[in-house]
Amino acid sequence: MELPVISNNAPAAEGGGCSSSGCGTAPDGLAHLPDHIRAKVQDHPCYSEQAHHYFARMHVAVAPACNIQCNYCNRKYDCSNESRPGVVSELLTPDQAIKKVLAVAAEIPQMTVLGIAGPGDPLANPGRTFDTFRQLSEKAPDIKLCVSTNGLSLPEHVDEIAKHNIDHVTITINCVDPEVGAKIYPWIYWQNKRIFGIEGARILIEQQQKGLQMLTDRGILVKVNSVLIPGINDQHLKEVSKVVKAKGAFLHNVMPLIAEAEHGTYYGIMGQPEPTQEMLQELQDACAGDMAMMRHCRQCRADAVGLLGEDRGDEFTMDKIDVMEVDYEAAMVRRKAVHDAIIEKLEAERGVAKPKPTDIPEGSRPVLMAVAGKNGLVAEHFGHAREFLIYEASPAGVRFISHRKTELYCGGMDACGDGDVVEAGASESLLDRNIRILEGCEVVLCSKVGYEPWAKLEAAGIAPNGEHAMEPIEEAVMAVYKEIAATGKLLPQADSLKVA
Amino acid sequence: MALQITESCVNCWACVDVCPNDAIYQPDRDEAPHFLISADKCTECLGDHADPQCAAICPIEMAIVNELGEFLNPPGSLTGIPIEKLKEFGLWREAA
Repeated sequence: MELPVISNNAPAAEGGGCSSSGCGTAPDGLAHLPDHIRAKVQDHPCYSEQAHHYFARMHVAVAPACNIQCNYCNRKYDCSNESRPGVVSELLTPDQAIKKVLAVAAEIPQMTVLGIAGPGDPLANPGRTFDTFRQLSEKAPDIKLCVSTNGLSLPEHVDEIAKHNIDHVTITINCVDPEVGAKIYPWIYWQNKRIFGIEGARILIEQQQKGLQMLTDRGILVKVNSVLIPGINDQHLKEVSKVVKAKGAFLHNVMPLIAEAEHGTYYGIMGQPEPTQEMLQELQDACAGDMAMMRHCRQCRADAVGLLGEDRGDEFTMDKIDVMEVDYEAAMVRRKAVHDAIIEKLEAERGVAKPKPTDIPEGSRPVLMAVAGKNGLVAEHFGHAREFLIYEASPAGVRFISHRKTELYCGGMDACGDGDVVEAGASESLLDRNIRILEGCEVVLCSKVGYEPWAKLEAAGIAPNGEHAMEPIEEAVMAVYKEIAATGKLLPQADSLKVA
Repeated sequence: MALQITESCVNCWACVDVCPNDAIYQPDRDEAPHFLISADKCTECLGDHADPQCAAICPIEMAIVNELGEFLNPPGSLTGIPIEKLKEFGLWREAA
C-alpha cells in the first residue's frame, strides 16, 4: 500500500497524495509548487486547472495599440488568438474600465482576477494600462491583477509591474530562434523604426527572454503562452519549453493556431493549416516532461467576463454599467465570504488523498471521455454544452486533457419557446458536427441527452451517459471507467481474444 | 507638408502615442470615423526621426498617405501577403 505524501517537497515522478484536478498522477499539475506560490494561484482560473471551475476572470480592453505584427493577427479585428475574430471589443478608457470592473466584481463575486490583455499589447499602451492598474489597486484591493504581453517592451516596464503589485504576467513566446521568428513576426516597431524580418524577430526574442528573467528574479509568476503553428514552430516549441522553464517560468500554455481565411490574417489567407487536436495533445505531452502545462485555456477575448468556459460580456456593456449602482465596500465583504467558502472546499478536496484506483486490472488501456460540465460537476445538457471537457481515465487515475468547443444546436426553451427544434436541417448538421468533434472519445457524460443525439452518438461509437448527473466530474469519469473495466473490454486485444 | 490618415484606419491609437508633435486627434464622429492628422502640426517628423512615426508603427496598409495621396505602407508591404491574394480577397486598392 502507498503512503500519502505529506511533505511540501516535489512529489516523486509518478505523483503522490495530491488530489486536485490536473494533479493526481499527471506530471503537469501544480502539485510541485511550494505553498506560497500555490496560495497565489489557487484562486486564479488561468493558472490553476482546479480553480477555473469555480473562479472567474475578466479582461478590460484598454490597450488598443500594438508594437509588433503577428502573422495570426489582423488588427482590423482583435487579435484572433485572444478573441473570437470579427467581433470588435468595446474599447474602454481607464476610467470606464474601473467602473466596469467594480460593477462586475460586485455582480459576480467569484471574479478574482482582472487582466489586461489587449486588444493590442498592454505594454505598448503603458499610460492606459498602468493608469487602470493604479486606480484598481486603490479602489478594489481584493482583485488580483494580471497582464499579458508580447514582451517587446517588457524589460523597461518590469519595475512598474512590480510596483503595482501585479504578480501574474503572461508572455507570448512562440520561438527562441530568430529564423523561426521571421516566419511568425513580419515586423516590430523598435526605437522609432519599423524593423522587418530576422532582425526584428531577434530583437523581440532578446527582449522577451530578458523580461522573463527580470520578472522571475523579482518573484513575479510568469506563464508563457505559445501558439502552435504546424510546420513553423511545432517541433521548436519543445526547445521553447525547456528554455523558459530554465528561466523560471512556472506554466506553459501551448495554444492551437487559429487561421481562417475570413479573418484576413496572413496565415488565414495563405492557407496555413491549424493543428489538429492530436497534434496539440502530443506536443503538450512532449513538453510536460520538462514543464507544467496548462491545458484548460479557452483563448478568450480581450474583453471576456466570467468563468473560463463562458462569456458574460454582453451583460456588462458600458450603457448597462452606467445605470448600475455599486456599493463596493459591501461587495468586498460578500466577495470575501464567497472566496473563503470556495477555497475551503478546494483545500478540503486537496487534503483528501485520492487513492490510486484499486479494482482496475493492470494493463487496462486508457479511455477518453467527454464531459458536459459546469462548476466541476457533470451538470450540462448535451445539447446545451458550449464545450466538452476531455478527460483520460487509466489505471493511474483520471487526468484532464483539453476542452473542445461546440456550436450550440439546441437553444432550449429560450430560443424555441415550447422546446421545438429550431430548424430541422440546421440542427441536424450541427449535431453531426458536435459528434465529430468528440472523435476519439468512447463515452460522453452529461446531465441529460435527447433521444435523437443518443441514437447518433451510439451509432458513432460514443456511449452517451446521463447516469452521473450533478456528480463531481473526476469521480463520475472514474466510476464509468470502472464499469467498463468490469466488462473486461479494457484488457489488451490478445487477452480478450483468449477470453472470447 | 503633412501626412493624412485614410478611412482604412482602425483607430488603434498606436500613432497617437508616438507622434512627436501631438498632431493626431480623434475628431467628432461627423467629421470622420477615425483619427486625423492636424496639417498645422504635422512635420512628417523631419528633424525628430528618420521615418515618420505614424507610418512606422501603423499596422494597417494604405492608412497613411502623403500630400500626393501615395501610400506610405502600400498593399502587401506590412503583411507580406502577395498582391494576387489581396485582390482575390478584395483587400487591394490603388492609391488615390
